[in-house]
Amino acid sequence: MSIWVNKNTKLIVQGITGSQGLFHAKGCDDYGSKIGGAKVVGGVTPGKGGQTVEGFPVFNTVAEAVKATSANATMIFVPPPFAADSICEAADAGIPLIICITEGIPITDMIATKRYVKERGSRLIGPNCPGIITPGECKIGIMPGHIHLPGKIGVVSRSGTLTYEAVHQLTKLGIGQSTCVGIGGDPVNGTNFIDVLEAFNNDPGTEGVIMIGEIGGTAEEEAAEWIQKNMKKPVAGFIGGASAPPGKRMGHAGAIISGGKGTAEEKFKALEKAGVRISRSPATLGVTMKEALKR
Amino acid sequence: MNIHEYQAKSLLKRFKVPVSEGILIEGSRDGITFKSADQVALEATQAAEKLKKEVNPAVFVVKAQIHAGGRGKAGGVKVCKNPADVPAAANAIMGKVLVTPQTGAEGKKVHKLWIEGGSDIKKEYYLGVVLDRALSQVVMMASTEGGMEIEEVAETHPEKIFRVVINPGTGYLPFHGRTLANALGLPAELHKDAVSFFKGVYECFIKMDCSQVEINPMVVTGDNKILALDAKVNFDDNALFRHPDVMEMRDTLEENAQDVEASKYELAYIALDGNIGCLVNGAGLAMATLDIIKLHGGTPANFLDVGGGASKEKVTQAFKIILKDPKVKAILVNIFGGIMKCDVIAEGVIAAAKELQLKVPLVVRLEGTNVELGKKILSESGLKITPADDLEDAAKKVVAAAR
Repeated sequence: MSIWVNKNTKLIVQGITGSQGLFHAKGCDDYGSKIGGAKVVGGVTPGKGGQTVEGFPVFNTVAEAVKATSANATMIFVPPPFAADSICEAADAGIPLIICITEGIPITDMIATKRYVKERGSRLIGPNCPGIITPGECKIGIMPGHIHLPGKIGVVSRSGTLTYEAVHQLTKLGIGQSTCVGIGGDPVNGTNFIDVLEAFNNDPGTEGVIMIGEIGGTAEEEAAEWIQKNMKKPVAGFIGGASAPPGKRMGHAGAIISGGKGTAEEKFKALEKAGVRISRSPATLGVTMKEALKR
Repeated sequence: MNIHEYQAKSLLKRFKVPVSEGILIEGSRDGITFKSADQVALEATQAAEKLKKEVNPAVFVVKAQIHAGGRGKAGGVKVCKNPADVPAAANAIMGKVLVTPQTGAEGKKVHKLWIEGGSDIKKEYYLGVVLDRALSQVVMMASTEGGMEIEEVAETHPEKIFRVVINPGTGYLPFHGRTLANALGLPAELHKDAVSFFKGVYECFIKMDCSQVEINPMVVTGDNKILALDAKVNFDDNALFRHPDVMEMRDTLEENAQDVEASKYELAYIALDGNIGCLVNGAGLAMATLDIIKLHGGTPANFLDVGGGASKEKVTQAFKIILKDPKVKAILVNIFGGIMKCDVIAEGVIAAAKELQLKVPLVVRLEGTNVELGKKILSESGLKITPADDLEDAAKKVVAAAR
């Protein structure tokens, strides 16, 4: 079992004729096709409808693509000035799952977009995220598929490469993953920790969760509160940025300690209080999960 | 991106927010050569005379323009009753290094002064517009405790902070303003002015893609006018592409030189005060790398994220920037190559090490696609590179090397 994506997912790629879009369309399609899993059924680039790239049919609009392919998920590789528009177009076309990889979308665009997506009943993952993967079934995003192993641990994270680090540690220990979700490093994102934790909690195929947060905002504290009240499965956690200076934006738009708030220490404490098994080092995420499972 | 107070005020003026009028004096354009004291005095005298003629204020205020708060206590703001005192006040601040809680121990050198007419202040307030991340909506905050840091008020008197959340569908509505004016206890005859003042501040935030607008203090003057006495405006870097006028306001003298250099190559670099240089791909892994270095008793010299698709050139540039910091005693390269191939990274590292004749110990941890090939290339390069097996091993080795 898994959450949100599986071998029946039909994916389109918005921005498929761009170099990044095409490269990752192929990557996701290869991953799914080799194992009899999810496939990329087409793509969208305005003005290039009717063409075929690497065997993928291209459409002018998302609505047209959905009509022709019955796509139920989209992966967005559109440049930041136009990405919010693309997210809204996908939501308007009724795509239930929208994954936006693009980094650098203005905050004011995202405030309005998030609201619209919710109104349309779609789920947005990202932006500024690596995507979502159900190992052995469906890869939507830029993560390296080969480090994953099908299994029963859910992974949720604000960071891309740090998620790979956690997954790699799990796989080396022989512990597989049910689904791994990158919720992205922006201050306004479509899906938050609680959304993912809730889905993992309800997924019979998930037995434990690794949660990777970072400095900035209060999403981890809110998640901790939710975990304390609702979570039935063991959670292992790490927060990046314990050594980050205040007032500096650490790469991600959302990773900033402002006015003394949003520190790693506060977040570690909140998670600990909620019964989360803490890993103070990013190198011990895998073993911490293993320990947490034994309890 | 941050801007100076004088720039923030000119921006707010565009949105019809009343601000105190003033004149700018530039002491230096490169941060090295400064105008003579005589020249600064002359310009200050002219500014004071002009203000006297046009505004005729009760007092004159000379304010250091730096990208940090807490200037007053650090001696960066001087009030002169007599325009004849302005030149001496200007020379006392120009070129001075101000150390405030927000500048760090090294302080910030003053290159620019803003001379403005002081106001007859009846009462001070705080007004701020920020993004509420938990709600994903814009929130306006006001407080009766003007002039104090809002974080401090939040700690000691949270009941004195009033908030209105602005729905993105409607935007700012007059009732938002009335609610705040009422909560602040502003006299009824001022509510109309307050509603328009708040509207201007909100519109500046939204239309200019700000990440923060703070008016602290916002004051009511003796003749019952609402005025922005100080202003702090920060921008959402992701939206700068649609504001070329804002980009022109960037003052690179206020930024760390290495940060500026790194931004030219689209590298996310932040200078820190330790001695271990770090080159990592991905912001989260880069932060975690600093954390694990500290856990093992080392201190990182920088945060550096080369991004997902780092080329050979980008890796070389990153090395150059790291090596410009004389404190660096060892370098850790930590790459989790997902899409990036480890052999390509290895070649980039070797090219950079050769080109720059690297003298400090280099620890390299590679993981991901083509990792074996990458490791082979490094070991056959003939360069003194310490390979690391995993994150923990890498941290231990680089901390030992920097000792």
